[in-house]
Amino acid sequence: MADYKYTPADFKSDQEVRWCPGCGDHAILNAVQRALPEVADRTDTPHNLFTFISGIGCSSRFIYYMKTFGFHSVHGRANAVATGVKVANPDLAVWVTTGDGDSLAIGGNHFIHAIRRNVDLNVILFNNEIYGLTKGQYSPTSKLGKITKTSPYGTVEKPFNPGELVIGAKGTFFARSIDMEVQLSKECMVQAALHKGMSVVEVLQNCVIFNDKTHAAFAADKATRAERTITLRHGEKMLFGADREKGLVFENMKLKVVTVGEEGYTLDDVLTHDAHERDTTLHMMLAAMKYPDYPVAVGVIRAVEDDAVYDRAVQRQVDEVRAQSKIRCVDDLLHSGATWEVE
Amino acid sequence: MERTSVRDLQDVVIRFSGDSGDGMQLTGTLFSDTSALMGNGISTFPDYPAEIRAPQGTVAGVSGFQVHFGDHRQLNPGDYCDVLVAMNPAALKANRKWLKTGATVILDGDSLTEEHLKKAGFATLDPIAELKLDEYNVVVPDITSMTREALKDTGLDNKAVVKCKNMFALGICFWLFDRPEDHAHKYLDAKFAKKNPVVAQANKLAIAAGYNYAANTHQFANNYRVAPAPLEKGTYRSINGNVATAWGLCAAAEKAGLPLFCGSYPITPATVILEELAKRKDLGVKTVQAEDEIAGICTAIGAAYAGNFAVTTTSGPGLSLKSEALGLAVMIELPLVVVDVQRGGPSTGLPTKTEQSDLQQALYGRNGECPVIVVAASSPSDCFHYAFEAGRLAMEHMTPVVLLSDGFIANGSEPWRIPQMKDYPAICPPIVDEAPEGGFMPYVRNEKLARGWAFPGKVGLEHRVGGLEKDCVKGCISHDPANHQKMVRARAEKVAKVAEYIPEQTVYGDAEGDLLVVGWGGTRGHLQNAVDEMRREGKRVSLCHFNYINPLPRGVREIFARFRRIVVCELNEGQFAAYLRQQLQEFRYEQYNKCEGLPFTVVELKQKFESLLN
Repeated sequence: MADYKYTPADFKSDQEVRWCPGCGDHAILNAVQRALPEVADRTDTPHNLFTFISGIGCSSRFIYYMKTFGFHSVHGRANAVATGVKVANPDLAVWVTTGDGDSLAIGGNHFIHAIRRNVDLNVILFNNEIYGLTKGQYSPTSKLGKITKTSPYGTVEKPFNPGELVIGAKGTFFARSIDMEVQLSKECMVQAALHKGMSVVEVLQNCVIFNDKTHAAFAADKATRAERTITLRHGEKMLFGADREKGLVFENMKLKVVTVGEEGYTLDDVLTHDAHERDTTLHMMLAAMKYPDYPVAVGVIRAVEDDAVYDRAVQRQVDEVRAQSKIRCVDDLLHSGATWEVE
Repeated sequence: MERTSVRDLQDVVIRFSGDSGDGMQLTGTLFSDTSALMGNGISTFPDYPAEIRAPQGTVAGVSGFQVHFGDHRQLNPGDYCDVLVAMNPAALKANRKWLKTGATVILDGDSLTEEHLKKAGFATLDPIAELKLDEYNVVVPDITSMTREALKDTGLDNKAVVKCKNMFALGICFWLFDRPEDHAHKYLDAKFAKKNPVVAQANKLAIAAGYNYAANTHQFANNYRVAPAPLEKGTYRSINGNVATAWGLCAAAEKAGLPLFCGSYPITPATVILEELAKRKDLGVKTVQAEDEIAGICTAIGAAYAGNFAVTTTSGPGLSLKSEALGLAVMIELPLVVVDVQRGGPSTGLPTKTEQSDLQQALYGRNGECPVIVVAASSPSDCFHYAFEAGRLAMEHMTPVVLLSDGFIANGSEPWRIPQMKDYPAICPPIVDEAPEGGFMPYVRNEKLARGWAFPGKVGLEHRVGGLEKDCVKGCISHDPANHQKMVRARAEKVAKVAEYIPEQTVYGDAEGDLLVVGWGGTRGHLQNAVDEMRREGKRVSLCHFNYINPLPRGVREIFARFRRIVVCELNEGQFAAYLRQQLQEFRYEQYNKCEGLPFTVVELKQKFESLLN
């Protein structure tokens, strides 16, 4: 097997893909199936170790389309189930496919605690800002005022920004992509897989039936995306625009969009992205950028190596205690402490 | 020293009681462990408030620990006490109703201040008259001041000195029942000698002072001897139900050759199981203290999927939260043990008190047709056996098992003849290591109707499972009507078939008679004691006690048919009786039920049984 190179076909199951025509999920599936051969190669992971866990929602049907081990659990609990899988067997490559309802509403608690513990999971968060499978109710990421079936006069609650949530919960890895940007999604997923610890890749995904064009203001087409999003790469200048003429500078404790060569700003003034910086301040600002005030940040925003990876730490503690303890089997345990003989 | 006369007793019940900060649990434990080491039969029962430090001096804040020891095996901690140690007036008031006629009461005289008496709700300054204790042997030593006097040279401050007064009381009881001090000394040395040897020394001095006081005073008419019990030969230890449960789970993992995983959230009275398993990294146990009850069971389900023997531990409110995920485990058909240490309900209910009111939740508390195996333990030490059994059935039959314990047996302790693991059977789950020809089909079943368990990581066995209804062979999603019907029946038949793999039901006492007492779970000690006493009186009474609830064991119908009347006794309003009416409809069931947060008393059981015989 060592010389065999996997192809996307090795990860495609025989099940018919049943998402709506035009759904962004197709592109995400495509990106994952293209990412895995590279992940397998670069992390030396054989096919049989890939395990996909999901909760409930359109995104969670994903696991049936992967020719890997797959577990479709119950609503909101994917991150908890995946934590159990990974702790039980840290050698597995555990992926979670989930949505804005699954992980940010009913499963919000498990999501933030998996991040806090830094369990080595790769989470793909499909964010379409709507409940699709239940046919069109607002979600915790729906924009304020959004009219849906359960908010006929518009929502009166503010949405979560998943990036802020991840970084706020001391996440070590956060990336964002757009469903149509398959190459960028693939790049983010490979980086997520290489990261040791919990990785969250938010994919801004279009629900063509219930929330069409929710991301269109900045993501409608290539030209729009060039002007209204910024692709961050570690070590590169934070530039965007059709001719990469615009950039981000840090001024008065805030980020500011400038045009290089205008108003006295030079390329030197433009920030260089450091995804490895432990301090969360700038990453939080980048994740929070919203169009039209700012370009929407995509790419790997934060990737901080941290030795405290939960599943490995649990295993290490078990190994350390076992090496020292006099109790090696249940018989030893039963006779430990005070005992007495009855003749 | 003038020695009072020595009398022999068959069994004695002592109740230690005081403020919840007075160290009564430790005092009781040291007394019972000392007695166990002397070879007595023992049963203990801690009875403490839900608050860690309830308001001092109030009846609500009284913490108690009852020890029943004797020259034979003790089946329960005893209904009423021969000796009550009360460290303050509130403890006296709270436990008045538990005194045997003529019992000895040891009350700290220093606590009889106006302030304390008022706090305890006494109307007068004479609690003894007020509680009508004239017929009792009430001794009122100034425990606090005598402890202070004995410890005056230790250099400890007043607060630390007063903390030792429980050991003075222990010393009195050691003299009364002729117990040696060496076990308590060893314990104190181990606990304090390194960090604070002065405290260890002070506690020992307090025990000696109490012992000497009791020997010198003439207030105790006798001291007593309780001979060792004729126990089966072997090595013994003292064990409580929660630790026994944790160890039984470890034993099942060892016999299956799989690592043990526990995902849990702390909840009274089940927490000690998680605490104990967290210590067992020496046996390779992994524990996750999850963010909530749901994550507890979901991490366990994930671990089961990945090939561990997975458990989650909880009490009633937690079982409610786990319901949906338990259904998932039923649907996916993974082995899982859910331990429910029952407490008084509904809702938060009585967290520190015992009850058996989660039975129907365990049997039915899920959406859909969702059968699980239900097993119940019936004494502190047999929690080990039934935890092992729960693991065996879960893994060999590929299904979740709910193991019911309760606050009474979980916290109670008794001597336990240590079993040897070589006497326990190997557990053989249907693990699949390689794909058969034509590929691995996740829902193909074996003779037990169990499906194959193929962990992620096994080459060529990649497959998908989930909570949606699945095709009865391939496991892929299926909405086919006939397939759903087939799968609903298969899941039910798989659980029903477990009856072939558990022991036949037995009856205690004669196989026929006038009254069959039926019970389940943690009430066994009291029921058996009541039945024993009635049989000694010549009554035709037997006991049929259940540990396997769903499915019921074979042979129940034959047992029931041979008795004139059947009474089902439970600490709820009739949940097992209702279940039996559904399962075995041809019999008439009387009921005896109690929901007071307390175990049965043998006295009340006998009264009920007498009334049914007439």
